[in-house]
Amino acid sequence: MRTISTNGPVIEFRDVLYVLPNGQMLLRSLNLQVQRGETLVLLGRSGSGKTTTLKLINRLLNPSGGEVRVNGAPTAESDVIRLRRSIGYVIQDVGLFPHFTVERNIGLVPRIEGWSSNRIHSRVEELLQMVGLDREIASRYPHQLSGGQRQRVGVARALAADPSILLMDEPFGALDALTRDQLQREFLSLQQRLNKTVVFVTHDLREALRLGSRIALMEGGRLVTVLPPQDFLRSTDSLAAAYVQAFGEGLNSVATRGSE
Amino acid sequence: MNVFHFFLQHHEEILELTLEHLWLVGISTVLAVLIGIPLGILSAHWPVWNKPVLGTANIIQTIPSLALFGFLLPVPWIGARADRLAILALTLYALLPVIRNTYTGIRGVDPSVVEAGRGMGLTGRQLLFQVELPLAVSVILSGIRVAVVVSVGLATIAAAIGAGGLGEFIFRGLAMVNNQLILAGAVPAAVLALSADFGLGWLERRLQPR
Repeated sequence: MRTISTNGPVIEFRDVLYVLPNGQMLLRSLNLQVQRGETLVLLGRSGSGKTTTLKLINRLLNPSGGEVRVNGAPTAESDVIRLRRSIGYVIQDVGLFPHFTVERNIGLVPRIEGWSSNRIHSRVEELLQMVGLDREIASRYPHQLSGGQRQRVGVARALAADPSILLMDEPFGALDALTRDQLQREFLSLQQRLNKTVVFVTHDLREALRLGSRIALMEGGRLVTVLPPQDFLRSTDSLAAAYVQAFGEGLNSVATRGSE
Repeated sequence: MNVFHFFLQHHEEILELTLEHLWLVGISTVLAVLIGIPLGILSAHWPVWNKPVLGTANIIQTIPSLALFGFLLPVPWIGARADRLAILALTLYALLPVIRNTYTGIRGVDPSVVEAGRGMGLTGRQLLFQVELPLAVSVILSGIRVAVVVSVGLATIAAAIGAGGLGEFIFRGLAMVNNQLILAGAVPAAVLALSADFGLGWLERRLQPR
């Protein structure tokens, strides 16, 4: 029996390396801990290693060196299928199964886990309501949904078997600004209720500040710094400051234009 | 005597040879599907197999059919009976479109769908049977359709080695310079090919994933 510790970090990276077969190093000696119930945002440019870091948690990638632990146990020693079913996974392109209805999409993991169809049905209804979707959407196919609805279904599907961990890879990145804003707001209220341990990848500082309880800034396969949002804004780290300036300038320039 | 009368007079023989033709095409298509789909899956999932599998199927395709029948003649058990030999040759020809379309169909599944499935904890088998194959089914069917249409035509040549089928009429007609005989073989073969094309095409559209 594996013992699950309740007070240690839920996810832990210990000196993790990830090297491509061609020798390119995508992650160098990463040390990071994610605490229970927090939303850790991995912030960085494309190629900074944030998605690689995320995929090492549910073993879509395996580390070339070091160790990733989930609930205290090294992932390398755990059953990969069980591990993945205990972790919700949401990606930018959603990846809904186009030949399944919304209900079957959301209920897939419960179904292969052997839940009764009654239990699956009521769970699907509960989840649809949770992510703010009408129950009549259950019988629709993904191509009949808007982008925002699709991503809500993606979140509902990830939550289906009630995992304690949720991995989100730029989930709102492909949505228009208004829908994104709405989904971010809903994510916050959902997270307040469910209290999952969330690892959230984004390149958008504003999203990171809004959603994260801590922000892990990555660059070139290294973890630069991990800070709570309010400290991030005051950080003297040059990269963090550059981010704040870049995003701040966008706002300021609009503000000045408006006052002219 | 016109062609129509000829058909009426020989309808029993035409029916018999048509059924024989169908049998040759049917058995070889079933074999090609049973062998080709697993090989297509293999090359789609393990790129190492892609070149040897598709390459071999490609090479077989380039061998002229009469020559292939000749090559297979000395093979024990197979060469002993003309219909076995014809079925093997037709199966080999039908493999390429089945393998290639299975490969293309599976590789064509949206990578984000596969990633989501893997991330959710589907096993390789669940991913294959619940996601990849259902999404590839219309592409695979279109490969089978090509295989059947080609086989119907090729099977006429099987008569050259005595395997029967509608080619009997064609070869007899060629030898006797009798166009009616040739048509007695060619017309039913064309009808078979067209109906297979139409029927499988319809099925393909029905199973097209949204």
